[in-house]
Amino acid sequence: MTFDQTAVRKDFPILWREIDDKPLVYLDSGNTSQKPQRVIDAMSHFQEHTYAPINRSSYRLAGEATDAYEKGRVAVARLINAPSVDEVVFTKNATEAMNLIAQAWGRANLGEGDVVVLTEMEHHANIVPWLMLVQERKIQIRWVPLTADGQLDLTNLDNLLDGAKVFSFTAMSNVLGTITPIAMLCERAKAAGALSIVDACQFVPHNVTDVQSWGADLVAFSSHKMCGPSGIGMLWGRMEILDAMPPFLGGGNMIDTVTFDSFTTAPVPMKFEAGTPPIIEAVGLAAAVEYLEEIGMANIRQHEMELSRYTLDTLKGRFGDDITIYGPDDVQLRGGVFSFAFRDLHPHDVSQVLDERNVCVRAGHHCAKPLMKTLGVGATTRASIYLYNDTADIDALADGLENASDIFGL
Amino acid sequence: MPGLEDLYREIILDHYRTPRNRGELDPPAIKAEGHNPLCGDEITVYLSISGEGDEAVLDDIKIGGQGCSISQSSASMMTQSMKGKTVAENRALARRFKSLMGIEGIEPQAGDDAIDLGDLEALEGVMKFPVRIKCAVLSWNTFLQAVDTGGGTTSTE
Repeated sequence: MTFDQTAVRKDFPILWREIDDKPLVYLDSGNTSQKPQRVIDAMSHFQEHTYAPINRSSYRLAGEATDAYEKGRVAVARLINAPSVDEVVFTKNATEAMNLIAQAWGRANLGEGDVVVLTEMEHHANIVPWLMLVQERKIQIRWVPLTADGQLDLTNLDNLLDGAKVFSFTAMSNVLGTITPIAMLCERAKAAGALSIVDACQFVPHNVTDVQSWGADLVAFSSHKMCGPSGIGMLWGRMEILDAMPPFLGGGNMIDTVTFDSFTTAPVPMKFEAGTPPIIEAVGLAAAVEYLEEIGMANIRQHEMELSRYTLDTLKGRFGDDITIYGPDDVQLRGGVFSFAFRDLHPHDVSQVLDERNVCVRAGHHCAKPLMKTLGVGATTRASIYLYNDTADIDALADGLENASDIFGL
Repeated sequence: MPGLEDLYREIILDHYRTPRNRGELDPPAIKAEGHNPLCGDEITVYLSISGEGDEAVLDDIKIGGQGCSISQSSASMMTQSMKGKTVAENRALARRFKSLMGIEGIEPQAGDDAIDLGDLEALEGVMKFPVRIKCAVLSWNTFLQAVDTGGGTTSTE
């Protein structure tokens, strides 16, 4: 154990909750994470003491609120080792960040026949914005296939990247758990003259992130998966790229000046932050980042690797051939999301039976329908862990699966 | 929380393990597809109908696709209840079943109350698990899609 796990668990009030006199077993952090008391308190305190508009009013309270909002940006820049705080753009969520890229960069740079390379393990948020450009602009998409154990099959990558304008890929699959060779993929994109875009939603909350060592051009991720509030997402990009991009949404806050005929934009990052941004959420996010930093991202990764090993060994040990866990078995190559097929049971039924024991998992396609097709399934059950989970949670999952077998008589 | 025994009654599990009328029908049978975008369930309903209009008779019905125990057992029981009946009778059955599931906006017609749902009554427990109601009605909406438009695709959303 790399940190005091019992103490960490106590930091999350929702984990004290019991339903039907039984404790909550939250195994859906790949979907969204729970919030520590400190984040809840920071947001309440800000609203009780400091809340005001940002960037537009000259009284002291508004100045304090602006400072608090900007502290969120500083915290995020520090967390991902961004070279400049101004390169961090706040959005509504990571999906909006991906749409921002596709719409703002894509519209300025992509036309008929231009190629965007994606992988077969992408989340819909890194597929649909590009499919929209297929419809609007007739761009083409090429797909990096997968190996049998759910890693990227890079055999043909240089051919796929040949002539491509964009290579957009996940840092960690939300279904398979697979961690991709991010720095190498960015380098290969660069060598091919393609823009590298990293969907880091599943990666940043669980690992040490260094966007500079990745050599990435644009990176999207979200607050709600890393102990922060929902309603705020992040785009980091290299300044020269962000600077050259046209704005995404138009309105207040993002302009330099407006006349009856035209407008000029504010500098990055405000250029991409039209309207009143998620102010309270940025304050909560700052608290979440500080919390994670105190525990240590490397420690969180270590804890999750150990618990991942326990999860794989427990489920495979107890259920053998009756369970198929997708993605790599080597915990160095994967994070703590475990999608599986269990006997012939449908994921909805598995989830329903687990819910009776307060075991919260996700059943469905996980916003990755093309990947489901590659795997040859309609849906999977997915358990995903975070710093507050322990071996007792995994045992509860395994006991619940045993119960599901009994109910369905399989 | 209501007990799982309310949801997974024996008759439902029986239809899930041994679904009736699984398979396909060749054209000119009507084919309609239904899917639930939330969970990825997909169902295909094939109808072989003779005659015209509401008095046309459902000679055969088959179910394809994949889904959870609730959607699969509901589809299986639906086929048993519908086969050999007229389109008008089956529409009434669908109204009655969707009312049982608490679906709003169904306008009951004279005689609906007298319809015997038989085994389908076992799905009443689904009402206590609101998330699963969409599973139970998927095949029924797909049937209605088929008879209303002669095929196509429907969605729970």
